[in-house]
Amino acid sequence: MSGTVGKSEKRVDAFDKVTGRARYTDDLCGSGALVAKVLHSTIANGVVKRIDTRAAEQIEGVVKIVTCFDVPQYKFPTAGHPWSTDPHHQDVADRLLLTSRVRFYGDDVAAVVAEDEIAAAAALRAIEVEYEEYPFVLDAQKAMEPGAPQLHAEYPNNILAHTSIYKGDYASAIQEPGLIKVEGWYDTPTVQHCHIENHICFAEMEGGRIVVTSSTQIPHIVRRIVGQALGIPWGNVRILKPYIGGGFGNKQDALYEPLCAYLCTQVGGRRVKIDVSREETFVCNRVRHAIRTHIISYVRPDGTFAARKMECFSDQGAYASHGHGIAAKGMGAFPQLYPCENLECDAYTVFTNKPVSGAMRGYGIPQAMFAGESHIDDVARALHMDPLAFRRKNMMPVGYVDDFSKNENYSDSLNQCIEKGMEYLDYARKKEAYAKESGPVRHGVGMAIFWYNTAVWPISLESSSCRMVLNQDGSIQLQMGETEIGQGADTAFAQMAAEALGIPFASVHVISTQDTDVTPFGLGAYASRQTYIGGFSIKQTALLMRERILKYAYELTRMPPFEMDIVDGRILRKSDGRVLMTLGELATEALYSLSHSEHITAESTYQVKSNAYSFGCSFAEVEVDIPLCKVKLLNIVNVHDCGRLINPALAEAQVHGGMSMAIGYGLSEQLLFDEKTGKPLNNNLLDYKLSTMMDHPDIAARFVENYEPTSAFGTKALGEPPACPGAPAIRNAILAATGVAFDSIPITPHRLFARFKEEGLI
Amino acid sequence: MQEVQYKRIQCTINGKPVQKMVDVRASLTDLLRNDFNLHSVKKGCEVGECGACNVLIDGECFNSCIYLAIWADGKEIRTLESLLGPNGELSDIQQAFIDEAAVQCGFCTPGFIMTAVEILESGQEYSRDALRKLLSGHLCRCTGYENILNAVEKTMLRRLGKRVD
Repeated sequence: MSGTVGKSEKRVDAFDKVTGRARYTDDLCGSGALVAKVLHSTIANGVVKRIDTRAAEQIEGVVKIVTCFDVPQYKFPTAGHPWSTDPHHQDVADRLLLTSRVRFYGDDVAAVVAEDEIAAAAALRAIEVEYEEYPFVLDAQKAMEPGAPQLHAEYPNNILAHTSIYKGDYASAIQEPGLIKVEGWYDTPTVQHCHIENHICFAEMEGGRIVVTSSTQIPHIVRRIVGQALGIPWGNVRILKPYIGGGFGNKQDALYEPLCAYLCTQVGGRRVKIDVSREETFVCNRVRHAIRTHIISYVRPDGTFAARKMECFSDQGAYASHGHGIAAKGMGAFPQLYPCENLECDAYTVFTNKPVSGAMRGYGIPQAMFAGESHIDDVARALHMDPLAFRRKNMMPVGYVDDFSKNENYSDSLNQCIEKGMEYLDYARKKEAYAKESGPVRHGVGMAIFWYNTAVWPISLESSSCRMVLNQDGSIQLQMGETEIGQGADTAFAQMAAEALGIPFASVHVISTQDTDVTPFGLGAYASRQTYIGGFSIKQTALLMRERILKYAYELTRMPPFEMDIVDGRILRKSDGRVLMTLGELATEALYSLSHSEHITAESTYQVKSNAYSFGCSFAEVEVDIPLCKVKLLNIVNVHDCGRLINPALAEAQVHGGMSMAIGYGLSEQLLFDEKTGKPLNNNLLDYKLSTMMDHPDIAARFVENYEPTSAFGTKALGEPPACPGAPAIRNAILAATGVAFDSIPITPHRLFARFKEEGLI
Repeated sequence: MQEVQYKRIQCTINGKPVQKMVDVRASLTDLLRNDFNLHSVKKGCEVGECGACNVLIDGECFNSCIYLAIWADGKEIRTLESLLGPNGELSDIQQAFIDEAAVQCGFCTPGFIMTAVEILESGQEYSRDALRKLLSGHLCRCTGYENILNAVEKTMLRRLGKRVD
């Protein structure tokens, strides 16, 4: 054991990133590439009748113009899910490279390839499009109504999917005498990932194949989708994924890689780049599903649930992308976090004429936690119970096992996290002190817990592949199909590999770039899966590697492999601890030996058939200036139990980022659309209110480390969970401060004004 | 056909005097990235919202995406690439970003560090709140800003010979 797991090792990519040496997609493209730009529809629903490109073609520097009438008609899915060989489990294939059937304001109708950006932009302006406009619908529930505009013929009433979880007998259970009914509707907005590097990719042909370099989280999946979209064998596509400037789920979809690959084939295989603008990123990539949730709880005066009902309506936007997975995951959390004998849950995912919703950090759980945890405070209030006491009485007990995932709640994580959160915020004392306030400026403390699953088993395939290659000096190259997207995955992988193999952390050279020609197959960065799932293939591959090393050591030392160990890069005899040789000496001998030359490598795939609960909470403290309609977040802490921490400093940093997203989700971020045209109104970083450094107090991350028994290294989900509990914690703090419940986020001054006025506070 | 106008500019980039014919429509970002391969200058919005392209011009920070290349004539430009010592040593602020885990995806990092350089070179001591204001022109989606602020604050205090907890 080298003892690197659990240490705050410095990031393996930090030096390159603080010196500007780290190469991102655009840095690798060079200035000789042709530039492609996409023409987006200026109507929200309808069809393209005619496109006139004659004027655009005359512009100097324009190389090729392709319209929706020119592209191949292979419909393809875009979601970054593993492919399923069972047609019933495949993602919905509803996209074309360009479309004449326009379904949202910003849909892709034509593309220009030009010598430079200026010519491409000029050509876009010169293209004339004639549309036939249809009525459009921007709200999920309205889209389900009879007579609503229909987006996809295959999905009547625009319902992409409807699934349910029913348990016990709700109708009878609510007849129990003495029950208190608490009902609420909770709304979450359309928001965007806002990674600082927009999506960008470039494609070129090499040896008769298409090579795409892309800012993606999922290179192996994108390879398959490019093949599907172009109708070519998947082996004819090669994807390279260099460093990327964040993803957060947006880049867990095939975005413009298929179109870029196609355009490249239309200009003789020359290098073509699509560099998406910030304005396009907001509208023409993916957004987080806006979900409206209706919850009814019947509670007994003693603070226990008799029956609960939940229905949610998830705004899918114009195309299926990740589809119902988001609402379904959110619904799945409902009966687990607060188990109840009598339940009726329904989740609907509904097409609307809005930008396409896909994966975004938390995959339905930020929405579900806002609704669920806001409602819990509403219930506690109706019962005149302390919301924390109410939670503790009802939340998932230790020993709980979920029927579907088979996940077990092994530890008392929720209570332990709550204890730490209370202590950090001095919650009990502040709660009492603030209860006495009655002036125009009031304070409040609030909290929320969250539920999360690690990875996607059993819904979908979970596997990871790893390759280790031994160098002459005893160091290794480590290759994973799992991707570094900023979260620090490469560093965690290096730590796990070093520990499992018995070599120093510095002796692991992670090859950060994924190249689907070279990198072993992996699924990529999503579902907070990589450390958990990757850990399995790293450990298994390290064991294989050790076996090979020690077998070779036997030839050199005559010591039985069982009597030897690899510790800190040296081969030891277990019985007396004598150092027999260094790994470098062995590797050099093995490579150059005239009697037995061997390049020692190992590679393996691990299919993981488990999943793990990841729990925690957020505590927030706010100051509310009622006449000014202003909320100031004074303090916020997240406490997580993600099992054993592989790298505490990076884990803490990861939590900070998720909390920042949750703060924006609760207080400022929303993508707005013009009701009259469906046009996005604030698709830029000036009008879309992403938190700046001034919008945050100091944010704190704390951990509880219960070793996760199902995990190769005792660890579990941390990537997405930090983004889940913050918004309801802030909402509940505002409720505690003012007595006013806000059931829609973001809680902006506009909403504060409307509600305070309604409640007679101003 | 549109007539492209070019203009010759002379400026200093990372300590080296240079001359270049530039397209009058080009931004300083374009010039630095395309003509000088200074890839630390990142493009996040190209309209002056995110701060990823921030560089120092005569000691003052600018979003180079909304600064025309021709305006650089006669100016002294510094990018992140200028901070390394002659033997490849990291500057204190770069090291602090590593030590404080202030780097994640790394895309906002160069811009932030250059604003930090401007703050540090002022020789002034700022409160934590004042630092927040000075750094608020940069957007970051990964870090929640906490560790970035810590890195800048600690480096400032160290340079001023103050105690760092």
